[in-house]
Amino acid sequence: MIGLDPLRLTAVQAKRLLTGGEVSAAELTSVYLDQIGAVEGRVGAYVLVRADDAARYAARIDSEATAVRGALAGLPTAVKDNMVTEGVATTCASRILSNYVPVYTATAVRRLFDEHVVMLGKTNMDEFAMGSSTENSSVHVTHNPWDLATVPGGSSGGSAAAVAAGEALWALGSDTGGSIRQPAALCGIVGMKPTYGVVSRYGLVAFASSLDQIGPLTRSVSDCALLLRHIAGKDPRDATSVELPAGIELPTAERLDGLRVGVPAEYLGAGVDPGVRSCFESALRLIEGLGGTIEETSLPHTEYALPAYYILAPAEASANLARFDGVRYGHRSEKAEDLIEMYERTRGEGFGPEVKRRIMIGTYALSSGYYDAYYGQAQRVRRLVQEDFLAAFSRFDVLVSPTSPTVAFPIGSRTADPLAMYLSDVCTIPVNLAGLPALSLPCGLSDGLPVGFQLIGPTFSENRLLDVAFALEMAIGFDAVPSFRDARIATPRGGSAGSCSSANEGVCDG
Amino acid sequence: MAEWEPIIGLEVHVELATQTKMFCGCALSFGDPPNTHTCPVCLAHPGALPVVNERAVEYATRIALALGCTINSRSVFHRKNYFYPDLPKAYQISQFDEPLAVGGTFKYWVGDERCSCRINRVHMEEDAAKLVHAGESGRIAGSEYSVVDFNRGGTPLVEIVTEPDIHSPAAARELLTQLRAAVVELGVSQCNMEEGQVRWDANISVRPAGSDQLGVRTELKNMNSFRFLQQALESEIPRQIGVLESGGRIEQETLHFDPVTGTTSPLRSKEEAHDYRYFPEPDLVPLEIDPAWVERLRVDLPELPGERVERLMRQYGLSRYDAFVLGIPGALASFFEAVAAYGVDAKLAANWTMGEYLAWVNTTGLTPGQGYVSAERLAALVRMVVEGTISGSVAKEVFGLMIQEEAEPAEVVRAHGLGQISDEDQLHELVARVLAENPAQVAQYRDGKSQLMGFFVGRVMKVTGGRANPQVVNRLLKQGLEGY
Repeated sequence: MIGLDPLRLTAVQAKRLLTGGEVSAAELTSVYLDQIGAVEGRVGAYVLVRADDAARYAARIDSEATAVRGALAGLPTAVKDNMVTEGVATTCASRILSNYVPVYTATAVRRLFDEHVVMLGKTNMDEFAMGSSTENSSVHVTHNPWDLATVPGGSSGGSAAAVAAGEALWALGSDTGGSIRQPAALCGIVGMKPTYGVVSRYGLVAFASSLDQIGPLTRSVSDCALLLRHIAGKDPRDATSVELPAGIELPTAERLDGLRVGVPAEYLGAGVDPGVRSCFESALRLIEGLGGTIEETSLPHTEYALPAYYILAPAEASANLARFDGVRYGHRSEKAEDLIEMYERTRGEGFGPEVKRRIMIGTYALSSGYYDAYYGQAQRVRRLVQEDFLAAFSRFDVLVSPTSPTVAFPIGSRTADPLAMYLSDVCTIPVNLAGLPALSLPCGLSDGLPVGFQLIGPTFSENRLLDVAFALEMAIGFDAVPSFRDARIATPRGGSAGSCSSANEGVCDG
Repeated sequence: MAEWEPIIGLEVHVELATQTKMFCGCALSFGDPPNTHTCPVCLAHPGALPVVNERAVEYATRIALALGCTINSRSVFHRKNYFYPDLPKAYQISQFDEPLAVGGTFKYWVGDERCSCRINRVHMEEDAAKLVHAGESGRIAGSEYSVVDFNRGGTPLVEIVTEPDIHSPAAARELLTQLRAAVVELGVSQCNMEEGQVRWDANISVRPAGSDQLGVRTELKNMNSFRFLQQALESEIPRQIGVLESGGRIEQETLHFDPVTGTTSPLRSKEEAHDYRYFPEPDLVPLEIDPAWVERLRVDLPELPGERVERLMRQYGLSRYDAFVLGIPGALASFFEAVAAYGVDAKLAANWTMGEYLAWVNTTGLTPGQGYVSAERLAALVRMVVEGTISGSVAKEVFGLMIQEEAEPAEVVRAHGLGQISDEDQLHELVARVLAENPAQVAQYRDGKSQLMGFFVGRVMKVTGGRANPQVVNRLLKQGLEGY
């Protein structure tokens, strides 16, 4: 086991080592627990680390006969803290659930437990998954391991940072408007939002039910496929869940001959950083080199997607979060004299400002007299956005864009301006509105910070997307690891604005 | 003074008798210890999701079909948002602008009048949990603390909304009573009143007779007593008329009926100041209903009580009242029809079924058709009366003995010597003897004291132990007394 580098080891490799008996589950787990010990103080990826439980469980797996071990036995895994885990506190990084210990386990997590993964802990997030930087956590701020002065993205920032920092082999996140893909991009890892319904939402604490989807955050595209394979599938407890027409295959494509790739012009607007654009364009050329054709296209209703999302998601959230009323579980204000005051104080004390903001927006949007102008109109926009994608997919196999218009931004730089924060998700939100699968993979560094490349496919095209991403991943050869530097403390950034550094240590000019 | 016409509409909630709750697998129960039938879904734990109970959809569809509604091939669940401790999600999953079914009719009787009420819609929703408030009033205001029992939370409910087609308190009461009977007949709810399995809201307004405008309405909420409903309406209608006749205006408000004073009073307006912010429930896909499945349910519908009453009147020539008594609990009608099928007189069969038989069934708690008195045995008994083997009064005795001894009626009559003496020669001899033994009375009779006939009949009955055929005895006595 000597020489296992948690910053580079993939799950596929780890599984092979475990199966071959070259490393034990206990040894593998200790690699990650050691890394947590070494860097968690600086990164803050977790809200809960289960070091003893994880080590004990790993040892138990080692004592089991090989034949009874699950397909993912012993693989150290992190879980976003909005998936309920029986007997293990689940807080959604909110004060209102600070004392909440679930009585059941989310289906996606249960499926991984059934395959005997080792759960290292629960990861930090924006409160109730509302945010794009993980700064809205009531617990603590998570730092991007590439530059500790910057955010890891969000809302699955804890999961992304944990994987990027080698504090987990892989992780589960959830994506409502980009909450897997954007932090994956900002942390230089792979993140995937499957087609809506492919992964059960049972046990995922709801933010916006019609948009939420659980997915993998991993170090490689193959890992992403492996993790998705084991969490996907219809669940009788989730009426919106569906069975994929075909099971998830580990990707093998080396070439992309004949692949028709569309680049929506609307996703490359003025807000895209030059460095991000340059990395993105380098990747486009790599696709051409692999045999794909690139063509610009249009998704004309893109500009309305973000406003529609910020009606629909808060509207659903306003109802989803109403159950946190202090009656049955979670925080209850001690100061209240009567029922109404108990509700008001409990929720006033329990929710952070961004959550309150969205509950207010959503409540307003659904109010009598405003429903049609806001919610109704947003639903109509949603259909137009879906139709844009349908039209595009009649001509293209995949659509591509930068995952995020910018690289990781400094902590605190957008917290005063919610609108600027919302724009972080301008390239990812339309995909949720349309319920499509999309994947982000690292395509280079800009100013020493990772840039994400987003692949979007039609409904149920997961295998295709994974194949394309796999070929592209090989071509890009992204092999950088985070430095845990802290720009606040100094050290000049590598590269210059507008450049893209890609493979190993090399710097490719724009 | 203008004549006023009351306009009443009802929203009836029926708890369905499914095995499990509307959106989770918890058992439905009544009377079990509090909070013993709960799970993450019906307690609204974080992350839990609803799944529609297909049996509840079937039951609701049966109700809608029985009311002649059109079943929508696509219907949508909505969230109805409000905070209350008995509503754990802080929204009720209900249906809103795309309900399960629309547009039907319910026919019912008020006395001998056959009335008709249009049905606006039938939709599905879930029940709230049960709140118990500590303190004397039993209401939340002023109580020291309240506790919640979530066993009831999530029970499948069907809401039946009528058009405002009801024009009297008695009609409202009859409609509800007969609607309840129809739902029971469908086998989809026990409709137990004490357990609150049927509850309703009533909307009331009045307008000048002949007007086609609707007046401002008030609402009586969450009632489950037919009697209190009638009383409340009988109090509210004159109140509204009084307000209007004195030049006042009716406020649209929700009323509370106090059974002690027999009057209505407004609830505090704050309790009804709700904006429910309905929107489509994103955790559920729209309900797609297969028309072929609906047709199968339609074919399987039982005969409803109202239809049965009409048929009993038509087929057996029964009065509306008799048909009603027999026809509303379906099992009694089936028994009656089985008796009649043995070829005995329908009117007599009806009388016996509603009389001795129903009394026995009620006393013993048996369901009609159960127990020793089969339709065949009752028919045999009735036939003995028709054929003159026994008199009506003896037949009642035979009925009792038949049950007591578990013996066929003919066997009872034989064993107890209860067979009627109709043999003219035998009776002639007895009559002659009675006349011979009472010469004074014979003389008085012949002098015009004709009421003495009863005395002679009594004598004959006495010597026969009541078994003499009264018609024959009467005829023979007359012959003997009046001579020829």
